[in-house]
Amino acid sequence: MSVKQISVFVENKKGGLYEVTSVLNKANVDIRALSIADTTDYGILRLIVSDYKKALEALKTEGIIASVTDVLGIEVSDTPGGFSEAVKILSDADIAVEYAYAFITRHEGAACVIIRVEDNAKAANILGKAGISLIEADKAFN
Amino acid sequence: MSKYFQPEIETMPVEEIKALQSEKLVKQVKRVYENVEYYRNLMDEKGVTPDDIKSIDDLHKLPFLTKSDLRDAYPYGLLGTDLKNCVRIHSTSGTTGKRVVAYYTQNDIDLWEDCCARAIVAAGGTNEDVCQVAYGYGLFTGGFGLNGGSQKVGCLTLPMSSGNTERQIQFMQDLHSTIICCTPSYAAYIGETLKEMGLTPDDIDLKAGIFGAEPWTEEMRRDIEKSLGIKAYDIYGLTESTGPGVAFECEEQTGMHINEDHFLAEIIDPETGEVLPEGSKGELVFTNLDKEGFPLLRYRTRDICILSRKKCSCGRTLIKMAKPMGRSDDMLIIRGVNVFPSQIETVLLQEGYSPNYLIEVDRANNVDTLDISIELNPDQFSDTVKELSAKEKALANAIKTMLGINPKVHLVAPKSITRSEGKAVRVIDKRKLHD
Ligand SMILES: [Zn+2]
Repeated sequence: MSVKQISVFVENKKGGLYEVTSVLNKANVDIRALSIADTTDYGILRLIVSDYKKALEALKTEGIIASVTDVLGIEVSDTPGGFSEAVKILSDADIAVEYAYAFITRHEGAACVIIRVEDNAKAANILGKAGISLIEADKAFN
Repeated sequence: MSKYFQPEIETMPVEEIKALQSEKLVKQVKRVYENVEYYRNLMDEKGVTPDDIKSIDDLHKLPFLTKSDLRDAYPYGLLGTDLKNCVRIHSTSGTTGKRVVAYYTQNDIDLWEDCCARAIVAAGGTNEDVCQVAYGYGLFTGGFGLNGGSQKVGCLTLPMSSGNTERQIQFMQDLHSTIICCTPSYAAYIGETLKEMGLTPDDIDLKAGIFGAEPWTEEMRRDIEKSLGIKAYDIYGLTESTGPGVAFECEEQTGMHINEDHFLAEIIDPETGEVLPEGSKGELVFTNLDKEGFPLLRYRTRDICILSRKKCSCGRTLIKMAKPMGRSDDMLIIRGVNVFPSQIETVLLQEGYSPNYLIEVDRANNVDTLDISIELNPDQFSDTVKELSAKEKALANAIKTMLGINPKVHLVAPKSITRSEGKAVRVIDKRKLHD
């Protein structure tokens, strides 16, 4: 149901982001999607990658702070308002979306939006009932 | 082996210690007056003669020496004997101005090593121990001092010096070191490296550590004890007085016994110079009772601390000094408030952060600014900005409660704060650049 996201602590200094991407590159891990939330001091890099276990290990070996976060991948149809509809359903159910970002999967050319909520199971259940399909972990990775 | 290295001194009744100190002081003042022109001039200016000093009760009549006297008298001005009688020098790191050079006769070195030996025995050391000395060797007193003390106790001594941490751990494992001597920040670093190498305290045989030469907190002590599986003992000293071993901790871990037969301690008011009664907080002042090469009388250490004659469960009668609460010269005055870096460290450790931090003080629009960078621990990381900034705010509040001023807190990546393997640099005061 959920998708594994790698969250990385990146200091706001020259080369901070490159350090992370080069570690993943060396470990032969592909980045499928990413978003950065930044403050004046640091950024939190969120990544969907081809192999999260390998990515986590490579980052930790380099002493970089990283963790795995369970997030939901919502398949968004080409019809207008698809994502907006999903957000409304969650909002009506009092489920706060901490952050969201989009990416393109390789299958069928469909768009996908990653969302981070407190309770994945609850959100998945509500979305499912409303007929919104969630992307499977293996689809997100390949 | 006895639990004391020199029981006749370490457990001597207080009245006898004081009589011994008086006897030594009278002789030492005469010797210094004759041999040290710089101090003779100070005494003459104050109108004090050696005849005025009949016991330790007259100590307050003597003039003080400060670090700036030591710089002014550099290099030979405070030499207490002919250079041909001296066999070694040691020197301070010289981070603040001109360096200080201290001279030692063979007798000075013998007595100093006795002091270090007392510290090692108090930490449980015997001739069956393997003592790894990971203080720097060289002009710095740490390595040579503990090395000499360790040999006097009869420990198998490993003169590792500091640095090359993986090799330190390799020796520790192969030669079964039981005691380690180094700076507390290096001990913490060895603990981290041990963990990184996939080892636990069970993989080494250390039982005790003797740590000094820089300020450290009780929380840091517990962290080091846990990460290395040892009991951590504090040791105090300064190059000006001799080096490590001026005072040392016993198993009670409630302050350090001063080797009073060699070092006569006073607590003074740092503002007025007035001697304060026992139990008062003030600046620690030492008088060398036996030193020949570099005999300092009433040397102001700048360390703020408290002395106590409370009976100690270890049986030693030597007066105890509390861990220094800061230095009157390291003290930062920020927006009019006295701030000791150790206070900030205490908060960080209480809140579960690493003791690796950097304090930067600056001035913007005539207002002092306090920025504290702290290394984030992996288990404190969160994928949301909301949670991380809540952590920063909580930490800033805790520091504000402790200091009374608002800091700006910055979380930084692990190991991004430059770490020396000797003394840690923790404060950058940029205000001086503007003055
Ligand atoms: Zn004791």
